[in-house]
Amino acid sequence: MSDRVTVAKTYKLYIGGAFPRSESGRSYPVTDAKGAFLANAAQASRKDARDAVVAARKAFGGWSGATAYNRGQVLYRVAELLEGRREEFVAEVTASEGVPARRAQSLVDFSIDRWVWYAGWTDKIASVLGASNPVAGPYFSFTVPEPTGVVAVLAPQASSLLGLVSVVAPVLAAGNTCVVVAGQNRPLPAITLSEVLATSDVPGGVVNTLTGRTAELAPWLAAHGDVNALDLTGAAAGQRTDLERAAAGTVKRVLRLPAAEPDWTAMPDITRLRAFVEAKTVWHPVGV
Amino acid sequence: MTVWEYAPAPESRDIANLKPSYRMFVDGQFADGTGEPLKTINPATGEVLAEVGTASTADVDRAVKAARRAYDKVWGRMPGTERAKYLFRIARQIAERARELAVLESLDNGKPIRESRDVDVPTASAHFFYHAGWADKLGYAGYGPDPKPLGVAGQVIPWNFPLLMAAWKIAPALACGNTVVLKPAETTPLTALVLAEICQQADLPPGVVNILPGAGDIGAAVVSHPDVNKVAFTGSTSVGKQIQAALAGSGKKLTLELGGKAANIVFEDAPLDQAVEGIVNGIFFNQGHVCCAGSRLLASESIVDDLLAKLRTRIATLRVGDPLDKNTDVGAINSAEQLAKITELVAAGEDEGAERWTSPCPLPDKGFFFAPTVFANVSQAMRIAREEIFGPVLSVLTFRTPDEAVAKANNTPYGLSAGVWTEKGSRILAITQKLRAGVVWANTFNRFDPTAPFGGYQESGFGREGGRAGLEAYLDV
Amino acid sequence: MAAPSTSTDHALPADLAEVTRDESTLRRFLHGLPGVDQVGAEQRAAVLGTRSIKKASKLWAIDTAISMVDLTTLEGADTHGKVRSLAAKARRPDPDRPDTPQVAAVCVYPDLAAVAVEALAGTSIGVASVATAFPSGRSARSVKLADVADAVASGATEVDMVIDRGAFLSGRYGQVYDEIVEVKAACGDTHLKVILETGELVTYDNARRASWLALLAGGDFIKTSTGKVAPSATLPVTHVMLQAVRDWHDRTGQHRGVKPAGGIRTTKDAIRYLVAVHEVAGPAWLTPKLFRFGASSLLNDLVMQRRTQLDGHYSGPDYVTVD
Repeated sequence: MSDRVTVAKTYKLYIGGAFPRSESGRSYPVTDAKGAFLANAAQASRKDARDAVVAARKAFGGWSGATAYNRGQVLYRVAELLEGRREEFVAEVTASEGVPARRAQSLVDFSIDRWVWYAGWTDKIASVLGASNPVAGPYFSFTVPEPTGVVAVLAPQASSLLGLVSVVAPVLAAGNTCVVVAGQNRPLPAITLSEVLATSDVPGGVVNTLTGRTAELAPWLAAHGDVNALDLTGAAAGQRTDLERAAAGTVKRVLRLPAAEPDWTAMPDITRLRAFVEAKTVWHPVGV
Repeated sequence: MTVWEYAPAPESRDIANLKPSYRMFVDGQFADGTGEPLKTINPATGEVLAEVGTASTADVDRAVKAARRAYDKVWGRMPGTERAKYLFRIARQIAERARELAVLESLDNGKPIRESRDVDVPTASAHFFYHAGWADKLGYAGYGPDPKPLGVAGQVIPWNFPLLMAAWKIAPALACGNTVVLKPAETTPLTALVLAEICQQADLPPGVVNILPGAGDIGAAVVSHPDVNKVAFTGSTSVGKQIQAALAGSGKKLTLELGGKAANIVFEDAPLDQAVEGIVNGIFFNQGHVCCAGSRLLASESIVDDLLAKLRTRIATLRVGDPLDKNTDVGAINSAEQLAKITELVAAGEDEGAERWTSPCPLPDKGFFFAPTVFANVSQAMRIAREEIFGPVLSVLTFRTPDEAVAKANNTPYGLSAGVWTEKGSRILAITQKLRAGVVWANTFNRFDPTAPFGGYQESGFGREGGRAGLEAYLDV
Repeated sequence: MAAPSTSTDHALPADLAEVTRDESTLRRFLHGLPGVDQVGAEQRAAVLGTRSIKKASKLWAIDTAISMVDLTTLEGADTHGKVRSLAAKARRPDPDRPDTPQVAAVCVYPDLAAVAVEALAGTSIGVASVATAFPSGRSARSVKLADVADAVASGATEVDMVIDRGAFLSGRYGQVYDEIVEVKAACGDTHLKVILETGELVTYDNARRASWLALLAGGDFIKTSTGKVAPSATLPVTHVMLQAVRDWHDRTGQHRGVKPAGGIRTTKDAIRYLVAVHEVAGPAWLTPKLFRFGASSLLNDLVMQRRTQLDGHYSGPDYVTVD
């Protein structure tokens, strides 16, 4: 009895809600932990990065203008779909990271729960980070956290799903849109995650996923005049200072954490929510 | 002149999935209560909807024991992340069964389907969704790094927003790690029991939620049970005072959400048409059966005549009738008892010299209905300005200056809510600062959101529901 | 400032006449009108939008809406043929159902008004002509008045003018007022609709002020939009205008009309507008004399829905005519 021949998936970029190939026409081979060929991934160019930023900016008004409740429901829906495609993600993570099946299952479970954790933050950030300011005068003053805008996220190199989710979800929960550069050698779960985003009520352009060489793409994003913030998590240690310098040209908010990847299974704190919000303070007189 | 009569547009009853009998929910199962069964009726028609088995005091004891077991062995020790996922499931299932719940609520309570569909049910779902997210974030709520639950919560809710009140009580309690025994109101038990079914379908561990239909005596048994750690009551001020007295010295934590006699203050620079809408919504939403109803209109004397003229014109367009008709604006009064109270107070208003105007709208010839009524020239000394009518009756008083408006608004032992209408921002802020009310709506009214704490000052109760502040009631802090 | 027409239906009570005595008095009056809270206004429109109109009341609404349509073509590419075809449609919206009401009017550019008049001879269907440098209104007063004169001379029974939004937004209310008064005079007996272009005025406060300004100047109808600017007609802005004519009636005893135009494509939408007319202005306004729809594709949807109500099954585009 002959084995059934499978239909191999093509992994493309995710920009503006669609899945285009790189405008450069380039791709690169992705292998599993033992070196066996898995698939070709698109190798994004600076023009793809540029298009992704345009898409993210276009989507920002709608996403940041939605109610926090609506954002929470959309993010929770993503978790519902992740759960439904659990087996698929377990297979992706096993192949990408070379971990045993039990470990892959645990990582996928953590990823789903991580997404749920952040979904539950959308309508609480304002209560926790905002304030009414008891100023010394007849004024009512309050401070609200607002999303900063378009965030360029360099996703972790090693943790292909849990680490990815842990850096993307907080950006969205705070109301930002993003351009994500997936881990260079383990990009496939990021594209499969993008398929989930595309079918889960997340508006096109809120998340844009680029696969390719981090060192090639990062400088363009770091210097880009329409990117408001930069998450350096997946940047190579040797490139970080240069990226920070590039970001200084437009006074970007830069999230710098230790270069070594943390244990992503640990419960996060709200550093990643705080990193991408602006505090807006308003004053108004009190008087008849 | 053209007369355009809207044809009846009834929502179908069938979707309510009405059963001939309902049973109490204890330890994860529907079980026969040993109390005397009650018949719940449709106040719009008087028909019996279903027979409902009630709890006896022995059942209360069973339920509290089940809640205690569930707390000790399962829920109290379950990580917040896992508790959260149950609550998210419940929220989503309420949304999936929204239409069924809305029709059932209108049948049992008498409120218009438009309100149960557009307000009650979606807000109940939102309440569970919001609190689900707190379950694993309590360390950020401002009560210390690791606040603990209290244990078993005994909760008694009123008949005016049956499903929504159940959500307001159960969601935060469970999010914080407590288990609950809840008694729905005698006249409106059905949607709470469908909520119990939803808990079952969400696989909520047995004993975490227990629903005991019954009358006031069972409510008293729930709140005074020695193994209940926390009591939450929403209802009349008089019963609230009884509960507070009964719990004195017991060490039980208590929150109360009681009555109100809210002032809706309209200044001369108010956005007038929207103020009319806000006044109408404030007192006629849910037939006025709202603790935070804007039952006193405090209008600037310089505009009161124009305002009253606009109000009467607008109120006359309110459609009073079959709650299941999608075009009904004002539904049925919940019970004969309540209708009698309203009638009595309205008679008192006339006796005391207030000027009565009642909408000339047609009323159905059966069921409990009361036409929207406005009393002008009311003064603070009249009963209709002091006592909560809990019906579609508005009392109109006037003021000359902002200070006078504030003084009259605060001149009540109640302090639940208030409204302020003016286009001047600084005045909104100044007035809201001076009003002794837990919820102040400026240029709007009757807005509810799970993120915004709700509760009263003074005899309107203490404790808040919703928001960060609302978690305090269910934590040992 | 110019004095408005003194025909009985437009005579102003003394206190309102006072208001138009000069621009600064007019400004104080308009700025002194109560504000409109955006959220509250939109909420009321949304709640009224949930009214469920069924069966006989729906059929009545459909027929009434058809009779209120100003069937419109305002394209650069309009030809005599196009206008004649539109007129034929206006007479017989549904050839298979002769009992279908006729529309209220057709609406065309001034140089095609005569064609429409001829094509509709013998009917009581009106011919509305746009004028005053429609749609922008950016032209000299003399050119705008010549535009009106041309339309009237061609036999138009109604003129739909545009206000000068640039003047309005820069506070030159007197200039806007004078222009309407002069146009009204040039209209003579021809019925005048004043297009506010609410999409460019943006705020509801402005829509209320512009409504009062147009009513003070003698407009028979206030109209939301040219249909050439987005957003065109919306339910909340129409609510504000219906409230204005209601308040005008309470103040003066006069009935003035309202016409939302542009973006109303479905029967469902049209019925929402009729509910607004019914519950905000009042039942007296449920007549083509006081309410019109400026629309083109709406008519076919109304005709299809009418068939659905009468036939008991959904209709399709092949059963209605293109114009």
